Amino acid sequence: MSNEQEYINLFCTNRELIEKPCAAMLNEERGKAFERFEERGFPGIKEENWLHTNVAAQFATDYGMNLGRVTTEAGTRDIFTCDVPNLGTHKAYIVNDSFQAAANNSSLPTGVLFGSLNAIASEQPELLTPYYNKLAANGDSIAQFNTLFVQDGIVLYIPRNIEINETIQIVSLLQSKVEMMSNRRLLVILEEGAKASLLMCDHSSAAHKSLSTQVTEVFVGAGASLDIYELEETSESNCRLTHLFVQQQADSRFNHCNITLTNGFTRNYVNVQLAGKGGDTNITGLAIGDRKQHIDNRTLVEHKTSHCTSNELYKYILDEESVGIFAGKMLIQPCAQQTISQQTNRNLCLTKCAHMYAQPQLEIYADDVKCSHGSTVGQLDENALFYMQQRGIPKEEARHLLMYAFAGEVFENIKIEALRDRLHLLVEKRFRGELNRCKGCSLCK
Amino acid sequence: MENLLEIKNLHATIDGKEILKGINLTVKAGEVHAIMGPNGSGKSTLSNVLVGHPAYTVTEGEVIYKGKDLLALSPEDRSHEGLFLSFQYPVEIAGVSITNFMRAAVNAQRAYLGLEPMNATDFLKLMREKRALVNLDSKLANRSVNEGFSGGEKKRNEIFQMAMLEPTLSILDETDSGLDIDALRIVAEGVNKLKREDASTLVITHYQRLLDYIKPDIVHVLYNGRIVKTAGPELALELEERGYDWIKKDN
Repeated sequence: MSNEQEYINLFCTNRELIEKPCAAMLNEERGKAFERFEERGFPGIKEENWLHTNVAAQFATDYGMNLGRVTTEAGTRDIFTCDVPNLGTHKAYIVNDSFQAAANNSSLPTGVLFGSLNAIASEQPELLTPYYNKLAANGDSIAQFNTLFVQDGIVLYIPRNIEINETIQIVSLLQSKVEMMSNRRLLVILEEGAKASLLMCDHSSAAHKSLSTQVTEVFVGAGASLDIYELEETSESNCRLTHLFVQQQADSRFNHCNITLTNGFTRNYVNVQLAGKGGDTNITGLAIGDRKQHIDNRTLVEHKTSHCTSNELYKYILDEESVGIFAGKMLIQPCAQQTISQQTNRNLCLTKCAHMYAQPQLEIYADDVKCSHGSTVGQLDENALFYMQQRGIPKEEARHLLMYAFAGEVFENIKIEALRDRLHLLVEKRFRGELNRCKGCSLCK
Repeated sequence: MENLLEIKNLHATIDGKEILKGINLTVKAGEVHAIMGPNGSGKSTLSNVLVGHPAYTVTEGEVIYKGKDLLALSPEDRSHEGLFLSFQYPVEIAGVSITNFMRAAVNAQRAYLGLEPMNATDFLKLMREKRALVNLDSKLANRSVNEGFSGGEKKRNEIFQMAMLEPTLSILDETDSGLDIDALRIVAEGVNKLKREDASTLVITHYQRLLDYIKPDIVHVLYNGRIVKTAGPELALELEERGYDWIKKDN
């Protein structure tokens, strides 16, 4: 039996169990997702978008799913202590795939919703239904898979003209005594003129193989402004498959910074649709790989209307036998005149065994635009290394300084100073090999 | 006076091609030696071999520095032992500020000498003092090493680093190239201010001009991988006047 057939059977057999604890909004979308998944199955490596990422193989493990919604007993405070120093955040957890509120949160402005997707979808379906699965419905079969099995996640809803100054933090924790799969879902809605910044941290236990799918749908209303910082600090035994769908209205601002600090097998897909005039989007990424880590970032920025700007910067530092894949596309539709779009991808391969596959793409159907793209793959500058050694800096440290300098450009897009400082430290430790495990949390010990 | 550096019958190759064909040179503590010679004679190879550039292979001979086998030391340990090269073409290092670069260098040297890392206040004070020696703009200190610097700024930055690390043997590899008269004077004055009784300098240059400012005790002519002539400062003047042809003819 093929992998997909096992999951199709699993769904059919357990549909009642899956749907029982869930809001109608979640259940109503499963039918179409089922059809789409059944039709397409898992993507094969002959498909252009999956050439270097054999995702079907990742599903071969016999993972457990918490379909019966057994409550996790672990106290998040005991297992997660990787807080960002000097940064107070308004926090929530997704433990495996269940929402858990954090203690000691300050209160958010009236009207703001930040909580369990399933709970809020049950209480206020009229609020979420216009958004839920509206972008992801067109996603690939992994997104369909998520819609099929999802039971909970997080909603952040910010009404018109409300600005939240405190950073909202979502911490995903995967921990289990068996091989575990989690399908989590996030829905972020900023109405007109709203403003927020969101920090999403992804941790996993190293003890057992785990797989997470994560679908995030983001709606940025007219004139609204949203920053999302995603930080992956999972383990070698983790597979992370994410989809981020963003729809931006007129004069809105979206900034995304996606950092893969430690991981096993990762595929991130970012799709931004600029649907209103004057929208501005900025997507950046930093991937640090060693051993046999696999980091695949695919982005698609769609300019669907005129006078929008998009800026993209992805950098990879690949050591040992790690593999990096970057495929970025800027798609400029015929009506998207006066577009300004720039895409940059720079990669360092530190060994002969590290592999980088880069595919920068521009697809332009309008004639009055300013677009550019560029991609490079290289090694550390030997002349610079020697220059530093001559000044007494040991070669290893000189290498770290150069790698660190290379990564630094990505941090310029992080607007929260405390987070930037924290990331500087984490990246530095990572290069020194002191961060194979996040020492702060007992998950990794 | 004590011998600081003794080069004996040094042969070196790059990509299998022999460039140095038996160099003999002794530098005593406190001396300034000038090494002159036409293009391609091996001047830059000599300086690169001394600091341990990996592209060069020493095939014969030895170098004794402070009584130690210099060639057995790693490039960074040679630096820690007080060997400094002012590069002919200083390298641009994007994303690494001069401050961070120098902090790493100073603290690596201190660690080698068994000293604690310098605290931030003392370090910045030291930076300020040494910058003043070569009129290096404080704005440059926050910029990436040599990135977008003019020729003069790069060379001033080299001498600034020299001031920070207080070397015992400094090699100035064509420090005058790419400098206008004013920059040349500033750089040379910087070097002169750093002069110590126990420290020596090797000045590699094509021209007499730099030697007007940095007065050598001894002048050598390097030609075809060997030192073919050694004399006092008057040799530099003679070369300026007569060129290198008469040296080439005799060798």
